[in-house]
Amino acid sequence: MASLSVPVEAGPQEQLEEVVETQRPWITIVWNDPINLMSYVTYVFMTYFHYSREKAEKLMNDVHHEGRAVVSSGTREEMERDVSAMHSYGLWATLQRDD
Amino acid sequence: MTYGFQRTATGRIVLRVDQVERGLLGSVARQVIDLVKPEEPSADQDPLAAQLGWIEGDVQVSDDPAVARLLPDAYADPDDARDFRRFTENDLRQAKVQHATTVIEEIERSGEKITVGSPDSWLGTLNDARIAIGTRIQITEDNHEELSHLPEDDPRAGLFHVYDWLTFLQESLVRCLDPSLYGFSDEDAPVAEDD
Repeated sequence: MASLSVPVEAGPQEQLEEVVETQRPWITIVWNDPINLMSYVTYVFMTYFHYSREKAEKLMNDVHHEGRAVVSSGTREEMERDVSAMHSYGLWATLQRDD
Repeated sequence: MTYGFQRTATGRIVLRVDQVERGLLGSVARQVIDLVKPEEPSADQDPLAAQLGWIEGDVQVSDDPAVARLLPDAYADPDDARDFRRFTENDLRQAKVQHATTVIEEIERSGEKITVGSPDSWLGTLNDARIAIGTRIQITEDNHEELSHLPEDDPRAGLFHVYDWLTFLQESLVRCLDPSLYGFSDEDAPVAEDD
């Protein structure tokens, strides 16, 4: 995890970049796969993210039909936590900057 | 085999199995452990890093497609993916081993009626086993029909039957935890505690 790197003294320019950096959120993406059950994926979204059934089912359908869905957004650290959780449930997830 | 997981009248979740199925479930859980258990840290590894479960040196996604799918990259960028894996992969392996160990304990503690104390461990292990088998038999969205009609001497035939059974079990467990997912049916009616 890059967030574990040793902190260094930041100059003004770096501080500015850091501010810009934190304003660009990160996202967690869940990818479609032929194995995970639609009911299980919905269950995971409701259980882990506490999403309503409606939202969880919509995200599950997006994963299934469009191949992927953005399931959460936030700081890099938060998204690393979400991706780890998705992997422990057996879902295929990655994180990236929201471009 | 025909019922899957069921809710009893008192709200417990039970699974009725025969001896063969009971043995098969235990063996499936043990195979998940064999597949994902963390490697022993080498003798010359930094003790603190070892204690924290960090992996030293280069660590990459597994060559084994089943393990690669169970422990996937978290980033598209290879450097980020490797860093993340160094600090988190052992925790993920450990979590999966813990789930499968719990499943084995619950099977061993029961006879032909298994009482589920940790549904999330069962869901996780059933899912990991399906991922491992499904990846081995190269299942896709479109080839279920083909795989279900393989000749008996095809090595994938037996694996597909196990996969299919685990799918049925997992679906029934999700349903027990949230019957409204697919609406109620007779199958969701609570079963008597003692039959």
